[in-house]
Parts: sequence; structure tokens; C-alpha cells
Amino acid sequence: MKRKRVSYAKYGYIFSIPFVVTFLVCTLYPIIYTGIIGFTNLKGSTMAFSDAKFLPSLGQGLWDNFVETITAPTFHTALSNTVKMWVINFIPQIALALILAAWFTNNQKKIKAQGFFKVVFYLPNIITAATIGILFANLFAYPKGPVNDILIQLGLMDNPYNFSISASASQYNVSFMQFWTWYGNTMIVLIAGILGINPEMYEAAEIDGANGNQQFFYITIPNLKTMLLYTLVTSLIGGMQMFDIPRVFQNGQPQNATLTASLYIYSQAFSGTYQYNKASAASIIMFAIISILSALVFILLKDKDEAKLHKIIKQQEREYKKKIKLARQQLLKEGK
Amino acid sequence: MDSNIKVFPRFQPFKVIIYIVCIFLAALSLFPFIIMIVNSTRSTPEIQGTAVSLIPSTHLVRNYTILVSKDIFDPIRGFVNSIIISTCATLCSVYFSTLTAYALVVYEWKARRGFFTFIMAIMMVPGIVVSIGFYKMVYAVGLANNFLPLIIPAIAAPAMVFFMRQYMIPALPLEIIQSARIDGAGEFYTFNKIALPIMKPAIATQGIMAFVGNWNNLFMPLIILTQKKMYTMPIMVSLLKGDIYKVEYGSVYLGLTLTVLPLFVVYFLLSKYIIAGIAVGSVKG
Repeated sequence: MKRKRVSYAKYGYIFSIPFVVTFLVCTLYPIIYTGIIGFTNLKGSTMAFSDAKFLPSLGQGLWDNFVETITAPTFHTALSNTVKMWVINFIPQIALALILAAWFTNNQKKIKAQGFFKVVFYLPNIITAATIGILFANLFAYPKGPVNDILIQLGLMDNPYNFSISASASQYNVSFMQFWTWYGNTMIVLIAGILGINPEMYEAAEIDGANGNQQFFYITIPNLKTMLLYTLVTSLIGGMQMFDIPRVFQNGQPQNATLTASLYIYSQAFSGTYQYNKASAASIIMFAIISILSALVFILLKDKDEAKLHKIIKQQEREYKKKIKLARQQLLKEGK
Repeated sequence: MDSNIKVFPRFQPFKVIIYIVCIFLAALSLFPFIIMIVNSTRSTPEIQGTAVSLIPSTHLVRNYTILVSKDIFDPIRGFVNSIIISTCATLCSVYFSTLTAYALVVYEWKARRGFFTFIMAIMMVPGIVVSIGFYKMVYAVGLANNFLPLIIPAIAAPAMVFFMRQYMIPALPLEIIQSARIDGAGEFYTFNKIALPIMKPAIATQGIMAFVGNWNNLFMPLIILTQKKMYTMPIMVSLLKGDIYKVEYGSVYLGLTLTVLPLFVVYFLLSKYIIAGIAVGSVKG
């Protein structure tokens, strides 16, 4: 009887085919397509891609769409709004999530009903963002709306305030909605991170007499660094693409105060004059910005980890040498 | 004797502050939804009189009649469309992500390391950069106003492949696959009958997350689906902002409530798995 040796390696390729094909067709090809459209005169709802021409063949510069987008004041507004609304939401979000995570993982305080709080804090995150946008638009209704009613009854205001025509109020509102829907998620992520820290560190700190604050700043924060940076990157990528809430809340209004980069791209491409070419250029620019920002964070993250590892190895080497030295001395002593 | 002595917990003012903060945040999370649900039973004049009330009124049916009479907001159709898209997309992404993870974990092949690095790299690709090219492509092949362009891309879900791989490495012993081979099982059969059942817990948590994500998606359906009968729930919701419902506060609140209720039900039944899923999914280092 002859036994044939079977190689299973080919199944690795076969089983990856659906993923790779889908990625090529539904992600890579559209990205390249978007990039190419950015160099053409493709616009208008009826124009087919085959009728579109590259800009140089029309006597225009190859990068005209990109240049026009980068220099367009509305695009600047959209970009700065996006960054502003993301920052205003992210800083309190990460701060609150960190504090709550520290409280919930504290062994001495033993907060009760944690399960309930976690479920309730996370709740807004699973609700459709579009629903939340419209719900808040209604809660802030003018002149009669729940928020105005409450503020007047509490005596904080004399007359109802029209939140929807104030640029800064609208921006804060969008930031608040983002904060409100995401801090629970961030908290749960950070709790998982804190629970992953070696409990012996906390025990040792307790024996050494470190109090809660000291433990938080000298053990929790340094050990969570990777996790915090991970949260930063994912939130940044999501935040730069903020669309649903600003779109349904005020559709970028008033005076473009809640216009985000994604909303800008959407309204360029899918409304008015259907400027696919400009919208494509804008989305490639956004892609570049997001890639650079996340690459920056990743480089910082990686270097720090490597440095840390290097330090640990050095330390272990030193200890090892010390041990050998001690052992040698011991042997010498015994020899005498 | 000593066991009768009760140890009273020391009064900790700091702990009281923690509870106050937590209760405040819990109220902040729930209050908008409570107002929404109560107001969906109240008439527009009642809401204009006092916008905040915790006492339900009797106008639920009337609000519903007004809501659907405008011939735009169709909660049942939106619900059915969203169910079809979300279910198919979720099934695609969990099945093929597990399959891809299986290829990465079980087989030794030359491009394996490179393929894994590639998956890590494309995890961060922002959706916005795909949208215009994808839209143009979908229209060119005549698949606009079709659910397929919203379902098929779910096959390639890099983040889920990553998660499935992390879960599979400790959970799926290669000895089991070896013995299945000795028993003469084909590779595809082994995957379906042995690997998939072992991966059930991971499939459950990832499936729930994917379903909710698909259900809530607004951007892609908004550009692909332009016919009313194809609208998903989030598109239906965004219609409530229009001028047609400008003065019908009660109906708008009811419309919002109808879109939230299915999510509430799913969430309160499965919250344990959902929260465990985020916690596990996030520990990537």
C-alpha cells in the first residue's frame, strides 16, 4: 500500500478567496475609481463615466479638483468643524470613561449595581444615530420643547432659547450627542483594559501604602497607555467621518456650523450639481488626512512599546548578571 | 459567639459621590427615551402645553394614524427591509470572516503572514473614501435600488476576521482537525461541522454587533436606495425631519419610538453578550 502525503496549503488560499475577491471588488476598486474620478470632469446626475474626460485633455491642470477643494472656504469650514466637534466630544468622553472605569474596577469601593450602570451607559450606543439626531432636534425644539421647558422651570432662563439658530449651540449639541453615545463604549473598553493589568501590581502598591489616587496615576494610567492610544485612533477615524448625527440633526446648518467633512462630500456628490469629481478629490484628501493622523499615532505607540521592551530586557540582563555574581561569590566562599 | 458581631461598613462620603454621579448619568441616558415614549402617546397641543410629562396620554392611535397617513413614513416596510439587509449582511460577515480566520489559523501557506498583515492594514480604511467609486460602480452595473450592494461587501470584514482569528487560536485544537482528516472528512466539511460549532460564542457576540451596526447604517443605504419601497429604518427616520411633520410632534415622537423599540428589545435581551463582546473585542493590545 502506498501512502500519498497530502499538502493542505492550497486550502489556505481557497478559503481566503471570498474575502480577497470581495475586498478587491467592493473596496479596492472603488477607492481607485474614486481617485480616478478626482482627476476628471465627471459631474451631473446623468453623465456616465465613459463620457468623462481627464482634466488635462480639457486644457485644465491635472490636480485642479484637488487644488480647488483644498482652497475652498467651505471645505476648510467643514474640516475645522469636524476637528472641533470631535475634540469637544473626545476629551470629556475619555476623561469620564477613565474615571468611571477606575471606580468600577476599584476593589475597595465595590460599587454595587455595576451591571445595571454599564447596560444603561452603553444603551445610547446601540440606538440608530439618525434617531438620536432627530430626537435631540425635538428635545431642543423652540419655543416649546422639553429642554427649554426644563431650563425655564429650573429658573436658569427667563425666555425660551432658539438653540437651532445658534452656531455654537448647534456644534456643542452635536458634540454632546457624540459624547453621550460613545462614553459608555469607551468605558467598557477601558474596564477590560484595567482588568487585564496584573493584579499583583495593585497588591504590591497597597502593601507599600499607595492610596487610590497614586494607584490610578502610577499603575492604571501607564499600563493603559496602549489601550488609550487604541481608543484615540479608532475614535479619530470614526470622528473624522462623522455623518449621521449632523446630517439628520440640522443638515450642516445653521451657517454651515455643523457641516462635517463627510457631509460636505455627500452634499457635493449627491445633491445640487452632483460634482462627483470634486467630492472624489475631497474624499481622497480626507483619506490622506486620516491615514497620516493614524500613522502618526501608531508610530508613537510602536516606538514606546519597543522602548519599554528594551528597558525590561536590559533590566533582566542586569539582574541575571547580579545573580551570577552572587552565585560565584557564594561558590568561592564555600570553596574556602 | 463572635459570629453574632456585625461589621457595619464605614460611611464613605466619596462612595456617595460616585453613586450620585452614576445615577445622574443613568438618568441622562434614559431620560430622552422616556420623554420620547411618553410624548408618543400625547397630542400636539398637549406637548405644546407642557413638553415634559411622565404621564402617558391617550393619543397613541391618533398619532399613528397621522404618522402613516402622509404616505411617506412606513414603519413596517422599513422594518422588513432593514431585517432583510441586516440579517443577510450579518450572516455573510460572520460566515466568511470565520472561514478566512480558519484559513489563517489552520493552514500553513506561504502568503499567510503577509495576508494577516494586509488584513490589519485595511482595518483602518475609512468608508468615506470608498463611497463615490462604489456608488458609480453600483449604478454602472444596474444594482441601484437593490439590497445586494449593501449585503455583498459584508463578506470582507477585516476587523471581524481579526477577532475570529484571536478567538480561534486557543479555542480550536488542531488535533481535532487532524483526526477529522484521518476519518476521511473533507476540508470544507470539517470547517462547517467542526470549526463553526466551536466558534459559536464568538459568532454570537460578533453577530450581534454586526447586526446592530448594519441596522443603524445610514450613509450607504441613503446613496444606494432611492425608491421609497426600498427604504431602510434609518432612512425612514431621517424623513421625520421633513416639513410634512413639522407640527405633528406626537407623531414624530411615535415614529422615533417605533424605530427604537426593536433595538430596545434586542438590547435588553442580549445586553450581557453585547457588553462582553465589546470588552473582548477591544483587547487587542
